[in-house]
Amino acid sequence: MAVNDTLESTHKIIESAREQQQHLNPLAPTVNDFNQELTTLNLGPTHPATHGIFQNILQMDGERIISGVPTIGYIHRAFEKIAERRPFYQITTLTDRMNYCSSPINNFGWHMTVEKLLGVEVPKRAQYIRVILMELARITDHLICNGILGVDTGAFTGFLYLMDEREKVYEIYEEVSGARLTTNMGRVGGMERDFSDIAITKLRTWLKTFPTVMREFETMFNRNRIFMDRIVDVGAISAERALNYGFTGPNLRAAGVDYDVRVMNPYSSYQDFDFEIPVGTKGDTYDRFMVRNEEIWQSLRIIEQALENLPAGPYHADAPHFYLPPKQAVYQNMEALIYHFKIVMGEIDAPVGEVYHSVEGGNGELGFYLVSDGGRTPYRLHFRRPCFIYYQAYTEMVVGQTLSDAIVTLSSMNVIAGELDA
Amino acid sequence: MADQNESIPAQEQAAAQDPATQQNAQLLALLHRLFGEAAFTDVEESYGLLTVTTTREQIHGIIAGLQKDQELQLNFLTTMCGVHWPEQEGREMSIVYHLHSLTRNIRLRLKIFFPIADPVAPTLTDLYSCANWMEREAFDFYGIIFPGHPNLMRILNVEDMDYHPMRKEYALEDGTREDKTDLFFGR
Repeated sequence: MAVNDTLESTHKIIESAREQQQHLNPLAPTVNDFNQELTTLNLGPTHPATHGIFQNILQMDGERIISGVPTIGYIHRAFEKIAERRPFYQITTLTDRMNYCSSPINNFGWHMTVEKLLGVEVPKRAQYIRVILMELARITDHLICNGILGVDTGAFTGFLYLMDEREKVYEIYEEVSGARLTTNMGRVGGMERDFSDIAITKLRTWLKTFPTVMREFETMFNRNRIFMDRIVDVGAISAERALNYGFTGPNLRAAGVDYDVRVMNPYSSYQDFDFEIPVGTKGDTYDRFMVRNEEIWQSLRIIEQALENLPAGPYHADAPHFYLPPKQAVYQNMEALIYHFKIVMGEIDAPVGEVYHSVEGGNGELGFYLVSDGGRTPYRLHFRRPCFIYYQAYTEMVVGQTLSDAIVTLSSMNVIAGELDA
Repeated sequence: MADQNESIPAQEQAAAQDPATQQNAQLLALLHRLFGEAAFTDVEESYGLLTVTTTREQIHGIIAGLQKDQELQLNFLTTMCGVHWPEQEGREMSIVYHLHSLTRNIRLRLKIFFPIADPVAPTLTDLYSCANWMEREAFDFYGIIFPGHPNLMRILNVEDMDYHPMRKEYALEDGTREDKTDLFFGR
């Protein structure tokens, strides 16, 4: 009672102060509306905890979220439009910048789409090299996601350990492609170069040292009471809702659906490897975290098998119409010069047709729908970006939860702004 | 290009596609049984993926029917996107839907065409929650209107943009430039 009375008198004071203010300056904005029960909170666009540029305008009742309006498109770069003017090989650099945490998957996914259109058969060695690099990319993607989840719950150490490991993977990328983050790796028809001895050595060393760090990370987090209290039952989504929302990848598997493109529509010789698909039960943040952790182990298994059985042979297809000849040959061999010229100038005609190809990206089914009218560029290229599709569910997942829950939910969904906006 | 196609033996190609062809035949039979043969035109198998064209009047019923159907369970909307064909008189705009059955692993591509003067297509938001942003994207890029959509506004581009940039009439570079004519490189 006493509290209410005090509150009422406070309101009166504010009311009179406002009236006075308006009397003095009728245009002065009213800053605080104390009669309103709900608060509007701008989460983003540049909030450090969103790990990317996107905005959520949340209606809060105290600390509970009542509703949310997501706004995206802050780093929209019109990739689909730009792709309509670029020859196939120049689009690789666009795919890099979609999910920049796992660029090689995007690169190879695009190359495989073009190969499907052209009917180019890639030799086994190139396929295995691709598998190794794609799984490395998946590991780095999951390391970032799970490391950041730790940071968002207040544990910076795990993230620091994992960043160190990501750095080593980037060194392997460097050996293979010369680049680290936006790798522009591979070519239509295979790889641009074979694994060097240094790359193999670095990979083998990393395969020996990484499991220790990963186990340490898991010891630190998996059964940590504080960590579990923060993320168990937070941001859960049922399997039905997840499917209706078009979830794919680890987020869908956390909800209990064992859909993985690598198993259902094997590409790049994934059928040769023995690995398991981890699934969760409740689709909450803890399940997403655990599914990603387990996928890292499974990816390691795949890499080890691929490295063990790495076939000998060429590392690119014998497709001179589409695969750039070695630079030395361009100077000495007339055919090579002609092909080089034709490829670079975009004189090669592609078949007319439309093709959809999808790979299992870091966040789920990364699809490429390519319509070719026979010209040097795609007539239409549509990217199925998993982030763009599942981020719609975010509002539904966080309504009724607290702000800190919303942060960890966002973090565990691994929304990558580049992929979201394309 | 010609020797590229010849380098793959025809038999090998046929053998690889055989299970997919059977599945597609089964799927096509189901489509015909559920919705009638007249509902579909331009049936083709493009790189192993069954592609059918239908009309915008029927598309909602077809996707709803496939979602409910227990035999093939095509109840996952993989993606949808607009395509602009300026040369096709009366059917300039197109929407391409990709459906997927996660239990049977069958994919289906559905297309609808309609005139650009009347760019209206039925919304799928009552069937699939994920259609919400996909349709907003199609509206943003191509100006396709989806009556009944809960929140049809631009999603990736700025709100006060006054054109739909993915339409073919908007060239990527300034059309008045003379120093970079594209004479030698296709379009």
